[in-house]
Amino acid sequence: MNEILNIWSYLSEGPLLWLTVTLFAYLIGLGCFNLSGNKPVVNPVLISMILLSALLKLTDTSYATYFEGAQFVHFMLGPATVALAVPLWQNWQRVKAAAVPMLAALVVGGTVSMISAVAIGYACGLRGELLLSLVPKAATSPVAIGVSEAIGGLPTLTVALVLITGVIGAVVTTPLLNALRIRDYRGRGFATGVAAHGIGTARAFQVHGTAGAFAGIGMVLNAILTALVAPLFVHLFF
Amino acid sequence: MIFHFGLFLGFQLVGEILARTLSLNLPGPVVGMILLAALLLLQPRIGHAIEKTATGFLSHLSLLFVPAGVGVVQYLDQVSDIGLPLAAALVGSTVLSIAAGALTFKYVNRVRGVPDETPE
Repeated sequence: MNEILNIWSYLSEGPLLWLTVTLFAYLIGLGCFNLSGNKPVVNPVLISMILLSALLKLTDTSYATYFEGAQFVHFMLGPATVALAVPLWQNWQRVKAAAVPMLAALVVGGTVSMISAVAIGYACGLRGELLLSLVPKAATSPVAIGVSEAIGGLPTLTVALVLITGVIGAVVTTPLLNALRIRDYRGRGFATGVAAHGIGTARAFQVHGTAGAFAGIGMVLNAILTALVAPLFVHLFF
Repeated sequence: MIFHFGLFLGFQLVGEILARTLSLNLPGPVVGMILLAALLLLQPRIGHAIEKTATGFLSHLSLLFVPAGVGVVQYLDQVSDIGLPLAAALVGSTVLSIAAGALTFKYVNRVRGVPDETPE
């Protein structure tokens, strides 16, 4: 027993344990997703998040300790964003051909996201910095943090809202777009990337390469739109 | 493989430097992505060399969001009293935004007389 405690205290201090556990939690999430016949509700990110949080609670591990290991995975978000250049290049002719509907969908999707989030939040009794924290929630997190700070929101809350938005988008997009009878993977992916950034894009890549490529573009364009428009929007409505 | 990752990291680094020196309102990786896309359009050779690595890497994009997601679950306790209105705002606006964006894409194409790309 003492031996086990010693090993535990040794491992729980280093990054190896939580890095490994993060990878396996994701593999379990992916396994559940595949077993379910790729049902969008069985989202691998959501499952791994829940599993890992439960494990941290059970073992009384702080998030800071967990993140020392998990940061290596988290760090890869940067190069992965850069790698989105590849599907953009592969689909360049189709991207150019679809520039007009994409820009229209960007402006409509991005604006609807900001206005409806604030309107619903207001109707449900949210005020002040809580409402402001909602404004950039569809943008990828580094942009959303900066915008939230600039407009007087709470950046930490915004990070949480951004991630939850991504998971919601990843879960609802397929059934929603099927119900609306939208079949074109360019429009499906693009709208998902605009509304649900990288997590929506990850979901789109699970469905179809075209959807993933266009989702990546939607994410980048909405990051730019949010950075430019959110301050104006706040100036107009607050 | 090492060269491919070196290229992604290198472009992220250049993106970070440019974003800061020009005080762009964009994250370094996004600037790096735009620059790499420009390079690939000029030098398709490089694109063909790295496309396998990039596709494999991006097929597990979901994994990379897990650590931040765990942080959110930890944070939820602190906002539990405003959880319901926040959840309503997030679910409502995300559904509306996806629907509005995808419908706009479809109708703009229809108005322009461009046919849908139907999946194979």
